[in-house]
Amino acid sequence: MRQLTFAGGIHPPDNKEWSADKPIEACPLPAEFVVPLSQHIGAPATPCVAAGDSVARGQIIGEAHGFVSVPVHAPTSGEVVVVEPRPHPSGALLPAVVIRADGEDRWGDFPKPEPLSGLEPEDIVEQIRLAGVVGMGGATFPAHVKLSPPAEKPIDTVILNGVECEPYLTADHRLMLEEADRLLDGVGVLQKIFPDARVVIGIEANKPDAIAHLQQRCADSSVEVVPLEVKYPQGAEKQLIKAVTGREVPSGGLPMDIGVVVQNVGTVAAIADAVLRNLPLTERVCTVTGSAITEAKNLRIRIGIPLSHLVDVCGGLTAEPGKIILGGPMMGAAQVGLDVPTTRGTSGLLLLTETDLALRETEPCIRCARCVQACPANLLPTTIAAYGRLDRLDEAEQYRALDCIECGCCSYSCPAAIPLVQTIRYAKAAILARKRSG
Amino acid sequence: MEQVYLSSSPHIHSGASTPQIMRAVIYSLLPACAAAIFFFGVPALAVLLIAVLGCMACEVVCQRLMKQPVTLNDGSAVVTGILLGLNLPPTSPWWMTLLGAVIAIGIGKQIFGGLGYNLFNPALVARVVLLISFPVQMTRWTAPTPLRYGVDAVTAATPLGEWKTAVMLTGRLPEGLQGGTFSYLVGNMPGCVGEVSALALLGGAIYLFRRKILTWHIPLSYVASVMILSGLFWLVDPGKYPDPLFHLLTGGLILGAFFMATDMVTTPVSPGGMILFGVGCGVLTVIIRLFGGYPEGVSFAILLMNAATPLIDRYMRPRTFGVVRQGGAR
Amino acid sequence: MLAAIFSLGGIGLTAAVALGFAAKKFAVEVDPRELAILEVLPSVNCGACGYPGCAGFAKALVAGKAEANQCPPGGMEVAARVANILGVEVVFKEPEIAAVMCQGDNTTASNRYRYLGLTDCIAAQKLAGGPKICPAGCLGLGTCVRACPFDAIEITAEGLAVINRGKCTGCRKCVAVCPRQVIHMVPLKTSVHVLCNSHDKGAVVRKYCQIGCLGCHICLKTVPDAYRVENFLARVNYEDADEAKAAVAKCPTHCIRDFVDGYPVGSSFEPAVVPVKSDAA
Repeated sequence: MRQLTFAGGIHPPDNKEWSADKPIEACPLPAEFVVPLSQHIGAPATPCVAAGDSVARGQIIGEAHGFVSVPVHAPTSGEVVVVEPRPHPSGALLPAVVIRADGEDRWGDFPKPEPLSGLEPEDIVEQIRLAGVVGMGGATFPAHVKLSPPAEKPIDTVILNGVECEPYLTADHRLMLEEADRLLDGVGVLQKIFPDARVVIGIEANKPDAIAHLQQRCADSSVEVVPLEVKYPQGAEKQLIKAVTGREVPSGGLPMDIGVVVQNVGTVAAIADAVLRNLPLTERVCTVTGSAITEAKNLRIRIGIPLSHLVDVCGGLTAEPGKIILGGPMMGAAQVGLDVPTTRGTSGLLLLTETDLALRETEPCIRCARCVQACPANLLPTTIAAYGRLDRLDEAEQYRALDCIECGCCSYSCPAAIPLVQTIRYAKAAILARKRSG
Repeated sequence: MEQVYLSSSPHIHSGASTPQIMRAVIYSLLPACAAAIFFFGVPALAVLLIAVLGCMACEVVCQRLMKQPVTLNDGSAVVTGILLGLNLPPTSPWWMTLLGAVIAIGIGKQIFGGLGYNLFNPALVARVVLLISFPVQMTRWTAPTPLRYGVDAVTAATPLGEWKTAVMLTGRLPEGLQGGTFSYLVGNMPGCVGEVSALALLGGAIYLFRRKILTWHIPLSYVASVMILSGLFWLVDPGKYPDPLFHLLTGGLILGAFFMATDMVTTPVSPGGMILFGVGCGVLTVIIRLFGGYPEGVSFAILLMNAATPLIDRYMRPRTFGVVRQGGAR
Repeated sequence: MLAAIFSLGGIGLTAAVALGFAAKKFAVEVDPRELAILEVLPSVNCGACGYPGCAGFAKALVAGKAEANQCPPGGMEVAARVANILGVEVVFKEPEIAAVMCQGDNTTASNRYRYLGLTDCIAAQKLAGGPKICPAGCLGLGTCVRACPFDAIEITAEGLAVINRGKCTGCRKCVAVCPRQVIHMVPLKTSVHVLCNSHDKGAVVRKYCQIGCLGCHICLKTVPDAYRVENFLARVNYEDADEAKAAVAKCPTHCIRDFVDGYPVGSSFEPAVVPVKSDAA
């Protein structure tokens, strides 16, 4: 079959072989959980438990605020030790609920789920919101928001993002291979919300086993499984939509503007748990990998496990980590230490040694235009970065800095090792701050 | 635990580097250098050596004088040196070659702030300054003497020069130009050190394409526009204007289109801009060749388009993903 | 020959007439006082007055919207001349300059990670709050250096921003860009300052910085009027700073410094007594 794709992009070594064949293992529970109240894009949850309270797994410990917000649930049963600011993957100290596990891992009492046939789309979306489901590819955008398009924006295509174009990560790959049931249950839920939509599962062609498996499972249904060219950032929402449907999300717009909803495969599996089993989101699949870890693994982790515990479960470190990255190497966030907890967006923990980093000094731009060729948003990264560096925000904006998706292709391909995407990010933040202040 | 590194994403890099690109360009020019030495012997070798060593020395001196870190290791001075050498006649006196190196690096490059900041192709700046300052030395050509080194070289005209002189005197194409397509292809004709052998140059260019250092935009649009425009003139009056193949294979078009007009620093960054740049070079080359005072126009065409590069970059922006273009660029 | 003379002459004549006409037709009325003030202003267009450049300031002055003493680079001297042009009284304003309230360079203050990427404090601050453990210390990546229109700031080899008292005009550009608010405006006449910006408790400061203020009150005990301690951080009372120098030698962490005795370690700036331009001419 022809492999679909988008224009631009890069081909980094995928380094997935370390963990691609490792079945998902349940991660042993640590003694203490640190559950951040800010685990999604949007307003953080407010704590509704206090020190000394005993909680059950799945119990709401942080309440949502506003539409773009979801509640936070206890990942296991135990006692709340304290609610205080703790190191957060964002690098800041943010409020978190610290829970001492009682070892029973007891679920709270939830009403038996209604059969899907008896539910209205609004009920399903509300159920998804209450279960705290967010985009699990890493962006952590609340799922229910994407599933509630206004009536004037009919959805004709639902795309399941099984691309996993970030190097090293294999969590979605394993999920598609081992937990196709959960995934397809989730597809059923989505079809209930968008009955007339075409459903497409997009998978990068470097996962032929997952493609074959899902194609076989979907043979009798209308769900299409589409192999996509192996190219980063094939899994970026706008690029995925372009590859699958040929449509472009308008600049500054959302996928729903062109009738498309994209959900990560992990998110869809969590939607199935939420709606069909009445289970809130308390765990996810996470790849622990990199040259500084003893054994790379795909783990089913609870939310709120300190990274140091994941390292212990994977046999410890083989070398001093040069960089600790939550997520993939292209868009993941580097961490100061292993004391931060996992969140709903933790698709991977990548431990690189100093030699992997290939540290380089920045040199002058030789205008080789590799960044221009690599840019999937069709921008002129070197020009925007040059203006950003000079704080000439008007020009940076004119060159459409705000259309940058921050995929990092420009920085990756720059022979002068210029931190292009960081500079563009900086310019974007300055432009947006200026817009806000008027 | 040792302190970890922290940076904004991405955390991995392609490994591409400026010296790596420059090295590839040097390798790609080696066949042309070899062809030059084959056809013109020791004088060509001397021109190349003086140009390269002169450029390297000038780079070091300039950077020392300006108290800048010396960046000889990036290889850009070597590339400039080779390109300069390839653009000079094999009979160039040593002092002229050396002066060219000083002009290329000093005035063409370092005065602007070094690699990445120059507006004009340094080697071409030097060539044009020399061409205007020393017209006699810069247009004294010799017939190639393959495998007969040491023989006194015979003065001869380049095919383009021969055509120009005939047209100026008689208004007609001369009866049977010397050489022929095969000679032009391998490089058995008078001309600059490196411009004669189309095959050697194309071999190097293919290597650069394969390494993805060259993109097709500039060379293709340049060559195609020269062929089309000169073809039109040829169709109008085949008795006066030479055929497109003659335009392609004689003079510095191939060297220019694949190695000079593709200098990254002095050319546009967007694909559309590159094509416009190439077409501009092609049109100017044909106009200068057919109607200008000089028989060859590649250097002037590229330099003029170098000057237009900031303007092209300003107006030729790629269509941003998700933006519907409404009338015209911008 | 004749044709050449006439044609060139003709072109010249036409152009002259056209230019003369355009100059009359599109002439812009400018208040002569505005031009006179513009002559007097330092023409650095730093924007410290709050107006877009010196021309904007001159316009505002003539319109009566701005005060004569609002140009920090010009100081009182320029203020007096501007007031003279406008025929108003000049109000004396204490000249201020900027000072980096931190001495914690790479040798004395600890980092929690090694920063890679854009050499810019605002960019580094976005990554987990910046590499320096001290939440208020100078990051030394030179955002202020690039903002300074007067070339008055340097980053020492040890990674600390230092402001040259002789070159600083008090335009506040660096104060506005510093993401950690380490740069403060201080009176030019005072050369003694507490070079620390951390409000953490002494025991906490000690963990990450060898020369941070511990809030020990020794300065306050030595010269009670010249210092105050707020939130574990000592500050010079600039209204009453005459005796402040006496505490410099007493500070256990050496975070009180008299700029007349020298700049922080690694700075190439020469210590200098900066004359206060206070005499209204």
